[in-house]
Amino acid sequence: MKPWLKVLATLLLLYTIVAGFLFDVPRLNIVNETIRALYFHVPMWFGMVVLFLVSTVYSIQYLRGPSIEKDIYAVEFANTGLLLGLLGIVTGMIWANYTWGSPWHGDPKQNGAAISLLVYLAYFVLRGSVENEDQRARLSAVYNIFAFAAMIPLIFVIPRMTSSMHPGSGGNPGFNMYDLDSKMRMVFYPAVAGWILLGVWIASLRIRVRIIDEKIQNLENE
Amino acid sequence: MLSRVRNLLFKELTLELRRKSVISGLLLYLFSTAFICYLTFSLRQNQITPLVWSALFWITILFTVINTVAKSFIGEKKGRDIYYYSITSPEAIIISKVIYNFLLTLILSFTGFILFALLLKNPIIDLGLFSLVLALGAMGFSSSLTLLSGIAAKANNSHILMAVLSFPIIISVLLIVVKVTKNCIDGLDRSVSTNDLVTLLAINCLVTAASYLLFPYIWRN
Repeated sequence: MKPWLKVLATLLLLYTIVAGFLFDVPRLNIVNETIRALYFHVPMWFGMVVLFLVSTVYSIQYLRGPSIEKDIYAVEFANTGLLLGLLGIVTGMIWANYTWGSPWHGDPKQNGAAISLLVYLAYFVLRGSVENEDQRARLSAVYNIFAFAAMIPLIFVIPRMTSSMHPGSGGNPGFNMYDLDSKMRMVFYPAVAGWILLGVWIASLRIRVRIIDEKIQNLENE
Repeated sequence: MLSRVRNLLFKELTLELRRKSVISGLLLYLFSTAFICYLTFSLRQNQITPLVWSALFWITILFTVINTVAKSFIGEKKGRDIYYYSITSPEAIIISKVIYNFLLTLILSFTGFILFALLLKNPIIDLGLFSLVLALGAMGFSSSLTLLSGIAAKANNSHILMAVLSFPIIISVLLIVVKVTKNCIDGLDRSVSTNDLVTLLAINCLVTAASYLLFPYIWRN
């Protein structure tokens, strides 16, 4: 990752945290100050989806022309995506605790989120149970692509078809309705970019460590 | 291509009819589960609300189907892969397996429904729609589970892995099917369920296409 991107990520997240907690937000019943979750919870989900998408793209590339590096890329992007997904679900639960009255409300969106995390946990279980490296990479790449295809209806389509209390679905207004003077957008869009960049940064560090590990192992084997 | 698929399908059916132990084992599995449900509620039949019926029914079908489809690759002998490799293409194999599993799942779903109707009760009002749901559900189960069975067969402790891998994938099919079953029980107008059925069909197509494209990569070793 380029150094200026790292600086940008740091600045954007600093801005998100300072502005997210201090700037003025619309006053609304029930939601009140918890509307600030928009700057943390929603961008984390965006980041998760982006990272999973990148992971899937690397899996497709792996199948087209296998190499160890592509496999490492796919795994580490999935790993970081899982981390952001967990953070997203925890921040969502904190928000739900104050607005819905309990952290886990059995809302379709929450269930969909939990299941999509299960998909990636299953992905790591699959990787753990295949001994042969080559076969592990290929099988997990296939599962990664298949799981991503099956996840799309789960987190994008079904929650929109069922009644949900989540803002932005089931007839509930999203933040477009509250944010009449576009003040929230000033923080929201930088936050999205910042969290995605942070995810890519973490993933790129892990990928470098893994590739160095791989090289050391090759040297030891020689 | 078409003739290959037909030949492979024919081979699967012949094999199935020749060793009847597998299909009768599955039917027995289904019967035992339905019978356990019956025994559990024996004197309190009136406590089986439509929702309880639907939950019991789909759990039974789900586990029977996972066991059925799991054997499509896990049961194969090692050397036979190489033989298939020399005579046919992976696409023909996956399509024939999906169709075969679809037929098997369909038979098991309808048998399951008959058993549940006999032993417990039959809360379904709109039978025509429910048959359609069973057929679409069988299609969804068979198309998504066949590829997973292929993946699980290559790994260690494949039976546990099969359940772990399939649950998150199958859940979107299951959610829609359960929802429409509730509509059938309540006897709602068919236009209410049209949207869900179209979504289910779309998911089926998506998953089948993904299996078709991905299977060649896991097949070759």
